[in-house]
Amino acid sequence: MRDLSHDGALLTVEGVTKAYPGVVANSDVSFRIASGEVHALLGENGAGKSTLVKMIYGLVRPDAGAMTLRGAAYAPQRPGEARAQGVAMVFQHFSLFEALSVAENVALGMERPPRMGRLADRIREVSTAYGLPLDPDRLVGDLSAGERQRVEIIRCLLQEPKLLIMDEPTSVLTPQEVDILFATLRQLASEGTAILYISHKLEEIRALCDAATILRRGKVVATCDPRQRSAHDLAEMMVGATLTPPARNRAPKGEVALEVTGLSVASPNFFGTALRDVSFAVRKGEILGIAGVAGNGQDELLLALSGEVRSAAGAVQIDGTPVGHLGPNERRRAGLVAAPEERLGHAAAPDMSLTENALLSGAVRQGLVRGGLVDWAAARRFAEGIVADYDVRTPGVGVAARALSGGNLQKFVVGRELSQSPAVVIVNQPTWGVDASAAAAIRQALIDRAALGAAVVVISQDLDELLEIADRFAALNGGRLSAPRPVEGLTVQEIGLMMGGAHDLQAVHHA
Amino acid sequence: MEIFGGINPAILIASLMVAAVPIMLAAIGELVVEKAGVLNLGVEGMMIMGAVCGFAAAVETGSPAMGFVGGALAGAALSAVFALLTQVFMANQVATGLALTLFGLGLSSLVGQGYVGIKPPSTGDVPFGPLAEIPAVGTILFRHDPMVYVSILIVAAVWAVLRFTRTGLVLRAVGENHDAAHALGYKVQRVRLLAILFGGAMAGLGGAYISLVRVPQWTDGITAGAGWIALAIVVFAGWKPWRVLWGAYLFGGIAVLQLNLQAAGARIPAEYLSMSPYLITILVLVIMSSDRSRAALSAPAALGKNFHASR
Amino acid sequence: MLRLEKRPVPSRFWLWGTPVLAVMLTMIAGGLMFAALGKNPVVAIRTIFWDPLFGEFAWYFRGQLLVKAAPLILIAVGLSLGFRAGIWNIGAEGQYIMGAIFGAAVGLAFYPADLWIVFPLMVVAGAFGGWLWAMIPAILRTRFRTNEILVSLLLVYVAQQILASMALDALRNPEGGGFPGSRNFGSYPAAANEEIIAGTGMHWGVVAAFIAVIAAHVLMQRHILGFQIRLAGQAPRAARFAGVNPSRLVVLCMGLSGGLAGLAGLFEVTGPAGQITIDFASGYGFTAIIVAFLGRLEPVGILLAGLLMALTYIGGENAATNLGLPSAAIQAFQGMLLFFLLAVDLLTNFRVRVGRLA
Repeated sequence: MRDLSHDGALLTVEGVTKAYPGVVANSDVSFRIASGEVHALLGENGAGKSTLVKMIYGLVRPDAGAMTLRGAAYAPQRPGEARAQGVAMVFQHFSLFEALSVAENVALGMERPPRMGRLADRIREVSTAYGLPLDPDRLVGDLSAGERQRVEIIRCLLQEPKLLIMDEPTSVLTPQEVDILFATLRQLASEGTAILYISHKLEEIRALCDAATILRRGKVVATCDPRQRSAHDLAEMMVGATLTPPARNRAPKGEVALEVTGLSVASPNFFGTALRDVSFAVRKGEILGIAGVAGNGQDELLLALSGEVRSAAGAVQIDGTPVGHLGPNERRRAGLVAAPEERLGHAAAPDMSLTENALLSGAVRQGLVRGGLVDWAAARRFAEGIVADYDVRTPGVGVAARALSGGNLQKFVVGRELSQSPAVVIVNQPTWGVDASAAAAIRQALIDRAALGAAVVVISQDLDELLEIADRFAALNGGRLSAPRPVEGLTVQEIGLMMGGAHDLQAVHHA
Repeated sequence: MEIFGGINPAILIASLMVAAVPIMLAAIGELVVEKAGVLNLGVEGMMIMGAVCGFAAAVETGSPAMGFVGGALAGAALSAVFALLTQVFMANQVATGLALTLFGLGLSSLVGQGYVGIKPPSTGDVPFGPLAEIPAVGTILFRHDPMVYVSILIVAAVWAVLRFTRTGLVLRAVGENHDAAHALGYKVQRVRLLAILFGGAMAGLGGAYISLVRVPQWTDGITAGAGWIALAIVVFAGWKPWRVLWGAYLFGGIAVLQLNLQAAGARIPAEYLSMSPYLITILVLVIMSSDRSRAALSAPAALGKNFHASR
Repeated sequence: MLRLEKRPVPSRFWLWGTPVLAVMLTMIAGGLMFAALGKNPVVAIRTIFWDPLFGEFAWYFRGQLLVKAAPLILIAVGLSLGFRAGIWNIGAEGQYIMGAIFGAAVGLAFYPADLWIVFPLMVVAGAFGGWLWAMIPAILRTRFRTNEILVSLLLVYVAQQILASMALDALRNPEGGGFPGSRNFGSYPAAANEEIIAGTGMHWGVVAAFIAVIAAHVLMQRHILGFQIRLAGQAPRAARFAGVNPSRLVVLCMGLSGGLAGLAGLFEVTGPAGQITIDFASGYGFTAIIVAFLGRLEPVGILLAGLLMALTYIGGENAATNLGLPSAAIQAFQGMLLFFLLAVDLLTNFRVRVGRLA
């Protein structure tokens, strides 16, 4: 039996287990965190990090195991109880309300908020003190992703938490903003706040954290000091195998296949970002990586390229033919395929079978419809081909899309587009929320398709991914695209500036 | 001062205030329901159940007050079925709302069989004494039954609660983004259940007002689409309480005016006058919905979507 | 403690098991309602569901079954297409009325010419009338994003007023002695929708209903449009990605359902009803909504559901004559059926578990 004394420990988690139908999310997980410690919870997608912190925050109750907080038994029944005991959390998918003001959003996350006027003053005060300025009267819907995260952080800080949980906080930040966030977190830690930092980004954890607990398939596989370990070691512990980075295609590029000139379109969403004068060209065999913080026009760019949002005819050209005024199926006929970010609901219909989902975007190029009638046998063969070629783990093609894991469905979606022998491929966040082996397979498939002569555009928030597979690199910032530059020789600082630097943040911490 | 061949403006205004009460009550209730992110299309069914049960309660007890209580309870009871189906059984809100209306119309006719042709106990005016004698102003403001004032107070209360209280903030948050509200620890289903019950009670109250004051008697299908107009008024009002009041007065005015024109023997055939409130409702809906930015801002973002906490 | 757990794949068994379960639950609850009204529940249920099919007067009732089912099926098949696509036309009652008025007006315009073309022209006019009435909410939705639920429903009240005006004025029988109502098509053979096989209730509306069921079945199962309709209803963004034009789909689904409702109205006014009267509208347009859901929005299911619902109408009338059961009780009974159906539908997509999972 392990030592259960609490000398120095703020929170202990002992033997916690949580099962969902068909999957054990956490199995006998134990770790401890002391006041003033920045503790990393490291693991890839699906390793059980989110379930674990939801139990600490009172959103989910463990099936077995126990927790203590400051030496006393701790079993929050709901988030309010966790907050009352000094536990606060910044969510990965923000728990914010777009149509409400910053102050109202903050009030909703507090147990006993002060009156609105007083609260607004406190927000101004605290946000400035920590270098994260915020206007309490603005609507959250009008804020950038980075600013939204500030709302979440300020909401936590106003309650002077003993333990602050941060779930993948840097995925919405530019490198410069990450530096400022880290400075804020170090300041908090020095004031005695314990921070539980969830991430799968190794370099960040090595830069920030004092200790790391590594999860794999719901189990703790290691506890270590990340500063003493190499990123390679950490990756191996996290994934359980050595992953080889994809082989790049160094062949010379062909002619321009996709050309975008002065593309400006309004966003179909009220709180979206309009595209402004976006121009770039992609050659056959080339991969263009487009980076940017979420909400800077990525979705809009995909819609404008796939044909779901139309523009001036000449703004988008495939092999010199204007297609900007055409819809998705006409663009498919011209050789362009696309894979949107949202797997369930946009790229695929959740309740439809894989066969039906194969028909969804494959009807035109695969000739699955004749005289208005669907050739279901051919659609089924097409789906089976994708499943076989892209190693999609599924009991069959009659299964509903939502029954597949994120990684398998993403392999199916990307595979569906790539196996239509396209001339131009557009993908948005191809490996978001996907486990490491599936992500590696998807990246390799994109490189292979480019090697076969397709022009590929990869829109992604994952800088490492873009640096790994792209030939050239550009960034979206406020709906504008920076001039594309060759990836080789690009520094993280330069990339950060292309993404908009630190926006309006002041580097108060460097004082 | 007479226009439209024998219609006195003061009486017209006074009677439009009465005509507006049922749709105002039903609409303010539905506004709260929709602010919580629930679309209950069963307003017509809840109103007519309120109308028949309120009528029955008033006749049996001899007290109009008990009639209003009975109407509100009947509306709430029917809305509880809706809440059960949509919040617990995850049924489609549109289909369930329609079922509520179809069921309400049938059941009300069944319940009301013994009450056709009876006069309900009359609801007296609030005694304002000499104030009621002021020319014009007295007629417009001080010669009404209590429900006219109660309905305005309810609108004011809903406005204040939504705007200034934590309850209102939580309600709006749940209607805006139920996943985020759940993540912060709010009980989405419970908030919605209470909102639905309030909406049902208000619709029932409005229905009871129709059969007890506005008509006053019981006939099958007495609500004649008032529930649907109330739903339209919520859209018209852009989900803002005070605009519900103005919307209800506007439609009350149209209803009263067309009735007066019919009575005054206008040259337009009665059928065309009778359809005017519906046509004007459609017109107003079109104008309101064509303004895209406003509709996007004020409509609760989670409206009509069911919530099921998965993990 | 009961918990709900979302199924990875909808249950095939419950997909068709739920309507059956709902009907049984409704019979139990309906029996309780009849008992509360002072009727013997077993006798009442037998009078409604058994006697019309197998009782003494079944020879008469069985024919009536098709007469009542045909408009319900015609309308419900049309509605189901829209409902599948998330387009809520709930004003079929209005489109039904307008179809009857347009068709009748064309027929009466030819009176008393005895030409074979009259009835076919009336059929076209009926479908057109319903289509036209459905185009109003369709266009308002696609142009101004106006909620089609409210508009289509409000137009029912407008259509009812137009019906009254027609019966009292424009289409009134000049030889009717001043009574409201049009000429009776029963005495104008060129415009009448008569029984094709005497005594079976089989009229042209029944034929149209069967054709509609088969056509809709092929559309939904084999045609790309059927796939697009389902896709738009389940995942609107995925439908756009698949190249579906949402506005076109709205116009198409509203138009089809309106046209079919108009046809139903035309066949009714020229056949079973016989003439345009103030109370011509009998609520088929609303009951068809229940039929559509009860049939799981599947054409074949709707065929069965329409027959069942027709049975409740006929059985209800039977119970009204023989037991003195109020006719409103049947309407409540039908509404109750939809409630139970929606409630047990949960079993298709969720698994109900008792107690905690270890």
